[in-house]
Amino acid sequence: MGKQAAGKLKKGTKGAASAGRRAARSSAPLSCMPCLLPIRAKVLKNEKENSLVSLLTLDLQMPDAMPGQFLMAWQPGMDEKPMSIAENKPSVRLAIAAVGPCSKKLAETKAGDCIYVRGPLGKPFWPAGKRWLLVGGGYGFAPLRFLARVGMENGAKVESICGARTKGLLMKAGPGKNHQTTDDGSAGTKGNVLSALEPLLRSGHFDCVYSCGPEKMMKAVAETAKKHGVKSQLSVERYMKCGFGVCGHCAMGGWLACIDGPSIDGNEALANPAFGAYHTDKAGRKIRY
Amino acid sequence: MPDLSTALAGVKLDNPLVLASGIRGNNAQLLIRAAKEGAGAVTSKSCSLQAREGHANPTAIAAPTYMLNAIGLSNPGVEAEIEEIREAVKKAGVPVIASVFAGSAEDFAAVAARIAVAKPAIIELDISCPNVHKEGEMFSSSADWAVGVTKAIKQKVRSIPLFVKLAPNVPDIGAIAKACQTAGADGITAINTMPAMWIDVRAKRAVLANQYGGLSGPALLPVALRCVHSVRKACPSIPIIGGGGVTSGEDAARMLMAGANAVSIGSAVWYRQNAFGEIRQELAGFMKEEGFHKLPEIRLEG
Repeated sequence: MGKQAAGKLKKGTKGAASAGRRAARSSAPLSCMPCLLPIRAKVLKNEKENSLVSLLTLDLQMPDAMPGQFLMAWQPGMDEKPMSIAENKPSVRLAIAAVGPCSKKLAETKAGDCIYVRGPLGKPFWPAGKRWLLVGGGYGFAPLRFLARVGMENGAKVESICGARTKGLLMKAGPGKNHQTTDDGSAGTKGNVLSALEPLLRSGHFDCVYSCGPEKMMKAVAETAKKHGVKSQLSVERYMKCGFGVCGHCAMGGWLACIDGPSIDGNEALANPAFGAYHTDKAGRKIRY
Repeated sequence: MPDLSTALAGVKLDNPLVLASGIRGNNAQLLIRAAKEGAGAVTSKSCSLQAREGHANPTAIAAPTYMLNAIGLSNPGVEAEIEEIREAVKKAGVPVIASVFAGSAEDFAAVAARIAVAKPAIIELDISCPNVHKEGEMFSSSADWAVGVTKAIKQKVRSIPLFVKLAPNVPDIGAIAKACQTAGADGITAINTMPAMWIDVRAKRAVLANQYGGLSGPALLPVALRCVHSVRKACPSIPIIGGGGVTSGEDAARMLMAGANAVSIGSAVWYRQNAFGEIRQELAGFMKEEGFHKLPEIRLEG
C-alpha cells in the first residue's frame, strides 16, 4: 500500500485485497511491521453534516488511505469504534453518525480536542471499469463521496444516488451527477434508493455499482445490479473488536469485515448465507436482520 | 518431503500447526477456513456456559514485536457453540479442538460435558486466560486448583482427550503440568498469553479498556520455549501443544525442539500473510536442510 501514489486506486481485486492488508508481509523484516497502536489526532474542524452526522476534519495525514478503509477511533475511557474514512485530502476526515455513546462523544468534539486513531485498516473499494454508480443509504454515503472524488481524479465517470429516510438525514452531495431520494419525499425523489437505481441501471451506462448503507438495502442493490449484469461492490459492517484480523469477532460466516472487507464483491456477498440474514452482537450471538 | 505428521493423545494431525484458541475461531466457517489455509488442527474460541460480552474496546493492539489483547472471553455460550463445533467437525477435514472455560470446577465440568456432545477430537481447558481476573485467580496459578478442575471434568467426560492450557506466569509450570497429568489430563497446551499492559503517553492512560491484557507475538516466544521445555522435562511422555510467538518455520522447529508435539499459531495470522501455508512450508524446508525426516527427530536431547 505504501508504494502506491496517494489516493490512487490499485487495479484488480486481488491487488486491492492485499493492499488493504500489508503487502509482502512475510518477506518484510519485523522492524518494518506496521504499528497498530493509537496515534493522537487533533480535531481541526467539526461541521454539522445533517441532523445526525458530524464531519470531523483531523490534523492527520494519511496519503495512502483509500476509500472503503476505516480507522479505529478511540475515545479514552469510553470505547473504540471503526469509522470509515470520509476523505484524506487535505487531511483525514471522519463522518461520525451519533448513534451510540462513543459516536455521540466523538460527534461532540470541538476544534482543538484530540481523539486517538489506529489505521488505516481494511480492504478498500477497487476500480472496476470507468463508469461508476454510487448508492449510499443514510450516513453510508460518507465513504462513497471519498470514492467519487478519487475515482473522478483517476478518470472514472461517477454518478451517485444518495438516499435517506428524511431530508434532515441526507448527506451532502459529492462530485459528479447526483440523485437524491427520501422515504418521506421531503427532499429529492420520494422512495428509497432502489426506485432510483432500477431506471439508471436499465439505461445500461454503468460498469459497477458501489454501495454502502443498511445491509438489507445493500443486498437489494447487489441483487438489482446482478439482475442487470452489472458488477457491484459493497461495504459490509460487523461488530468489531481487534480491527486487524486476529480476534475473529467481525465474522460474516468465514469472511472477516476488518481484513477481508469492509469492501466486498456484491456477488460474493450474495453467496454468503450470513449476508443480509444476521449479524452478531458483542458476545457473538447471532442477531437476525 | 519430510513427514510433518504428528499425533496428540491418539489424534492424528497431517501437520503440527494448530490454530490457537481465541484466534479467528468464532464459528464453523472460520475454523474450516483455517483448515483450508493449512492448519493441521483447529481450536475454537473458548466458550462458557452462558454468553459473555467481554471487555469494551480497545481490546487489542499490535506492534512489530508484540501484541496485547483483552477481548475478555466474549462468546455466545455453549449451546450456540455446540452447533458451530458440530459443523466444523463435519466439514473442516482436520481435528477440531473445542476450548472451554468456566469460573468453577463444577461449571468447567458442565461446559465440557455439553461441548462433548458435538464430538470434538480434543477438549482444551482454558484455565489460564489472564483477562478475567475479576472472577478470581486463574485456576492454572495453583497445582491444587488445576487438579480440581481436571478431575471434575475427567469424571464427566471420559471419551474425549482432555488438554489443559497453562499460563506462563507461575513459579513452576512443570509441577503444574505434572499435577494435571496425574489428575488425568491427556495433554498440555502451553502457553497462554503473558499478563501485560500498554500505556499511551499522550492519552495518559492504559490503552486496553481492561487496562491489563495478554501479551503474545514474537516477544513471547523465548518465554514459551522455556515453559514448554519445563513441561517436557516434568512430563516426558505427555502430548504437548506448544505455542507462543511462533511466526516462522524456524520458530516452529524451536518449539518442537523444546519438546512440543504440535505447534499452535495465534498472532502469526497477523504477522504473516498466509501463516499456516508459509510456516508449514518453511518448517518442511528447514527439516530438509537439516536432514530431519520426521518431526520427533527434531526434539532436543535433555
